[in-house]
Amino acid sequence: MWNYEKRLQYPVKISQVNPKLAQVIITQFGGPDGELAASMRYLSQRYTMPYKEVTGILTDIGTEELAHMEIICAIVHQLTRNLTPEELERSGFDKYYVDHTLALWPQAASGAPWTATYFQSKGDPITDLHEDMAADATIAKEQLATKI
Amino acid sequence: MKNCPSRADLLQQISKVSFAVDDVKLYLDTHPCDEEAIAYFQKYSHMRNEALKEYAKYYCPLTVDTALYSDCETWNWTEEPWPWQEGGC
Repeated sequence: MWNYEKRLQYPVKISQVNPKLAQVIITQFGGPDGELAASMRYLSQRYTMPYKEVTGILTDIGTEELAHMEIICAIVHQLTRNLTPEELERSGFDKYYVDHTLALWPQAASGAPWTATYFQSKGDPITDLHEDMAADATIAKEQLATKI
Repeated sequence: MKNCPSRADLLQQISKVSFAVDDVKLYLDTHPCDEEAIAYFQKYSHMRNEALKEYAKYYCPLTVDTALYSDCETWNWTEEPWPWQEGGC
């Protein structure tokens, strides 16, 4: 089971709205290498992991990914507060807004909805750990991509 | 309030020591016999629990287990802002 801790793992205080940036950042919530996929990957794989140390780390990292997801959602939420109709249209956020208003919905930057096909859970420890290493390597790549 | 720590200072302390606990916990999952890491965990876990208790006492509970240290007579879990809101943690 899980308990909620009413704080962000890292605080988010954004004063300036930026709906254009929010459309990119949201991919870290519901995109192919986002926190939701990361969390579901580790938390799904742990049941068939035969090594207790690895089961432990899948549980604890899968839990921490949920905390990361909350940080990302807080960023997107704060970047899109109190938007005017002009800001909506100019930023292109209107295409998201028409379906979800300012609610958080897990999608990629492209608009593709979150799907369980973003990860694999196979029941073979070598296969699953390779999946995890590949997923983890995407973090470095995304950090590079966001600097562009 | 007498000797009341500032909300910002206390929150920063909670963030810092919690991060240390989160990190060493992952390390200990695969290095369960590392005595130095266990001592580190105990030190920071203790600091974290004390800071969470203090925050619950002076401000509001951040966890269900520290809600009993709250001085408030009513259930204030939903009164204080949520972490993504202005004034939240």
